[in-house]
Amino acid sequence: MDLPAPLLRFDSVICRFGEVTAVGASGAGVSCAIAAGSFVALVGASGSGKSTLLKTVNTLVSPSEGRVLFGGEDVAGLPPARLRRRVGYVFQSIGLFPHFSVAENIAIGPRLTGDKLPPARIAELLALVELDPALASRMPDELSGGQRQRVGVARALAGEPELLIMDEPFGALDPVTRAALGNTVRELHTRLGLTTVMVTHDMAEALLLADRVLVMDKGALVADATPQALLAGAGGAVAQRLVAVPREQAERLAAMESLGEGSGEARG
Amino acid sequence: MGDIWDILPGLGDKLAAHVVLSASAIGLAMLIALPLAVWASRSAIVSRLALSLASLVQTIPALALLALFFPLLLSLRAVFGPGLPTLGFLPALMALTLYALLPILRNAVTAQANLDPGVLEAADGVGMTRWQKLVLVEAPLSAPFIMAGIRTASVWTIGAATLATTIGQPSLGDPIFAGLQTQNWALVLAGCLVSAGLALVADWLLWWIERGIDERKRWKWAAALLAVVAGVAAALASQSGSDERRIVIASKQFSEQYILAQLIGARLEAAGYAVEYRDGLGSAVVHSAVAASSIDISVDYTGTIWTNYLNRTDNPGREAMYETIRDWELRENKVRVLGRLGFENAYAFAMRQDRAAELGVTSLADLAAVAPRLTVGGDPEFFERPEWINVRDAYGLRFARSRNFAPTFMYNALASGEADVISAYTSDGRIAADKLVVLADPEGALPSYDAMLMLSPRIAQNKGVIAALEPLIGAISVEAMREANLAVDREDAGKRTPKQAAAELGKAISRRPGLDPGPVTIRR
Repeated sequence: MDLPAPLLRFDSVICRFGEVTAVGASGAGVSCAIAAGSFVALVGASGSGKSTLLKTVNTLVSPSEGRVLFGGEDVAGLPPARLRRRVGYVFQSIGLFPHFSVAENIAIGPRLTGDKLPPARIAELLALVELDPALASRMPDELSGGQRQRVGVARALAGEPELLIMDEPFGALDPVTRAALGNTVRELHTRLGLTTVMVTHDMAEALLLADRVLVMDKGALVADATPQALLAGAGGAVAQRLVAVPREQAERLAAMESLGEGSGEARG
Repeated sequence: MGDIWDILPGLGDKLAAHVVLSASAIGLAMLIALPLAVWASRSAIVSRLALSLASLVQTIPALALLALFFPLLLSLRAVFGPGLPTLGFLPALMALTLYALLPILRNAVTAQANLDPGVLEAADGVGMTRWQKLVLVEAPLSAPFIMAGIRTASVWTIGAATLATTIGQPSLGDPIFAGLQTQNWALVLAGCLVSAGLALVADWLLWWIERGIDERKRWKWAAALLAVVAGVAAALASQSGSDERRIVIASKQFSEQYILAQLIGARLEAAGYAVEYRDGLGSAVVHSAVAASSIDISVDYTGTIWTNYLNRTDNPGREAMYETIRDWELRENKVRVLGRLGFENAYAFAMRQDRAAELGVTSLADLAAVAPRLTVGGDPEFFERPEWINVRDAYGLRFARSRNFAPTFMYNALASGEADVISAYTSDGRIAADKLVVLADPEGALPSYDAMLMLSPRIAQNKGVIAALEPLIGAISVEAMREANLAVDREDAGKRTPKQAAAELGKAISRRPGLDPGPVTIRR
């Protein structure tokens, strides 16, 4: 079996903002290839450069040096509107247009490239993100936070993108909504055959959703491993410090659970 | 105040002019402010600079701002040629536009700065170009705030547009200024009512547009917008068709000027001319406007021109002064001085009889001795004028206090004791009515102020106009003028409008045509 060809490739990417080097601090730049169909989590502490690196994909940030190749083409050479239709973008503050209805929000990407989405397609997209198609005519301020981010995902998927990039997509949601939406996205990823890159600072989320985890620290890529390998201790010190947090939480929860069972027995 | 209802229907023309001027100023301010706000949202320097400038403009009193455009446009004639209007619509539009800039600009800039960064990121994320982002996201989301700015600007502009009267642009300020000068409070109130009503209606309609945009109800803002457009269009339509050239008669801001303008206008109308009045103009504006033929006829005074335009401080005597001015006007400005009307409106110092007797004052020389205990009142320009400097230095006058009053209120101040002595005018009817003592001027420090009829270069050779006005030359005695002025300024049942007083004055003149013995002087 052949390895799938890389859909996305970072080639010695360095991003500087004035004096600050956000990505590629080691001087070498960030290089990495992402295969079509993979679900990649980009994890790191605040300020590690992960969001900046992600935004070079849809050219919201232009690298100071190096290239980003999407389907073999340098994204810098692609018309932004066309590129961004092929790259769905979901981010923490959601950014639904408050003066557009849910349907208009979802249809905006195709509309910019001259396509009008039929109501049936809007309904289908709403159903994909597990929302009632009747919400199409609502305004964003009538929705809950979770519903809004689902609309945000539907908007990102409206242009039938090949690549979905997500920047802390569930960061502002409550834990229950967060887990539910994470599962929805993972299912959609599989069902639609997407390639997904998700930025998160939550290693647990990364381990549970992704099939490959990249760890960034101070602008450099310091680990690149599967969740299983990370849990087995691979990836180096920075990655392991991040893995240690959910692991320790899980262990403590497990311990509390067994203690609870013990006391239950004692009472019984 | 029942007469307000008689006045209101006659204000239609002024209202139309007011609407057209205000709407033009706000429209122009929007054309400037909105692109500037977009630019400011992309550049912090532009934002700071534009807002500072607009705020600076706001610190200039509206009246001063309007007045400043006159010399500015006058100097711009060097570039654009003599056809550039220096008075009326153009300077009023420019000043009011500047005034309307700040609220629109500030609200637009603030609205842009306060847009949700997430929404802007989403606009980029879905692939909008800069233009699409502006049209689809930034503009509609800022619109309610911008409309709020436009509302503020509209209310300010409609209020400030009443001041356009002072630079010769007809507006609802005309009845206000005319009423203030002639103490016709019904006229003042009528002007204020219509102007305030217009501001309220504009504010209300714009509020509907703002709400409509905010609530995304198209019918709401569209209906209100339609009403605004219809109102402005109606005002425009009622104005057009009246632009055939008439003879424009100016008056400065005091009763005598209003009466004389009406007297001149009535004679011209009787001779078949269409006339138009520009009432309540600033003194400096009138002189330059006549030279520029923006105004055709004015009544000016020898002493005013002597000091303000010839920059002379000497006093060669009444006849020499007149002849020098007549020749100078023709040579320098192509303005024809048709002649003197016959009376003087000179500065004179007046006191209440009882006060003068109590202090033992009959002349300016006597006054100097007691002045340090007294308050002197003058019109707003008096204490800046060379006449005052002359008199002050000639007699060594040192007052305890000097206060400025509008000419109309000076006499009230004297009556109430707020001033002990005032700079009165010799043709003022209230000197006799209030039984005031005019102090003698043994040193001859106060120059003469013969009233002269001035014709603009445009009509300087117009035989018909000259024939209609020549009978006025030497025909108005100071007593006749005082009587007419008193009729307008008094507050009892004998009060007349300037038009009525002009008609009575006109009758008095025609009763004794050519019999007038010539200029009548009262010597101080």
